Amino acid sequence: MNDSEIKYVIETTINFFSEITGKTAVCGIPSIKNGKNFVMEYTGIIGISGKRKGSIFFTANEKMLYALAHFMLEPETPTKSDIKDLVGEIANTISGNLRKSFGVDFMISVPVTIEGAIRDIKLPNTIESYIIPIKWNNFKSYLVICLE
Amino acid sequence: MSFNNIRVLIVDDSAIIRKIIQRSLPLEKYELVGVAANGLEALKLFKSTMPQIVTLDITMPEMDGLVVLEEMLRISPDVKVIVISALTDKATGIKAIKKGAKSFIPKPFTTTEVQKIILKLSEGL
Repeated sequence: MNDSEIKYVIETTINFFSEITGKTAVCGIPSIKNGKNFVMEYTGIIGISGKRKGSIFFTANEKMLYALAHFMLEPETPTKSDIKDLVGEIANTISGNLRKSFGVDFMISVPVTIEGAIRDIKLPNTIESYIIPIKWNNFKSYLVICLE
Repeated sequence: MSFNNIRVLIVDDSAIIRKIIQRSLPLEKYELVGVAANGLEALKLFKSTMPQIVTLDITMPEMDGLVVLEEMLRISPDVKVIVISALTDKATGIKAIKKGAKSFIPKPFTTTEVQKIILKLSEGL
């Protein structure tokens, strides 16, 4: 990924949180972490096909997802099923929004969601994986972009 | 203008998005005839409930939303379909409108945006 693509990913992520909650998220400096474990309590995964191949992950802890879901569903109290769904929807929305910059050949899959810090999910060594820290409402999460 | 019994079907593979769209419907004016989480389920519900307004996601399991859109319009050419998608590139929006969608709402969206468009489309019903 080049600098302008990374910049666009960050802008898209910030926009997502602002639109949904009215509260701005802050993205930290992206780092390359190949072959590392990175998952938090819940992870949404989007497979990318077309001209670019790879995956996009959004991973966060339960508390952050409950807080986000609360913003979206207020006054209803979010359920565990809502937050599991939400982590996939965040990965889906950010990935889908990236087509504006990556083009129509940037094909996204339906989200797969994983609960639990599964140690077996590691980033590949063969592709550069960018980890972007996201801080929203004092909660920490990560967006991981792993593209050929 | 009467909004009584305007039948609405919500189609999205995300449960939380379905809930948010549902909340944007003033229930005294609309009848939610069903919610579907994939394209096949959507078409089945569409045929059995014949909604007047449909909110439709694109990226879904079983069947792509744009294929569902074509099929819905084949069955009921007067149905008003609002495509709500994370695929926010211009080409996808244009494709949806060319295929017959009445409106395209990019995700993330607010309930106000959805409400405004549903109300506008209801004027012709």
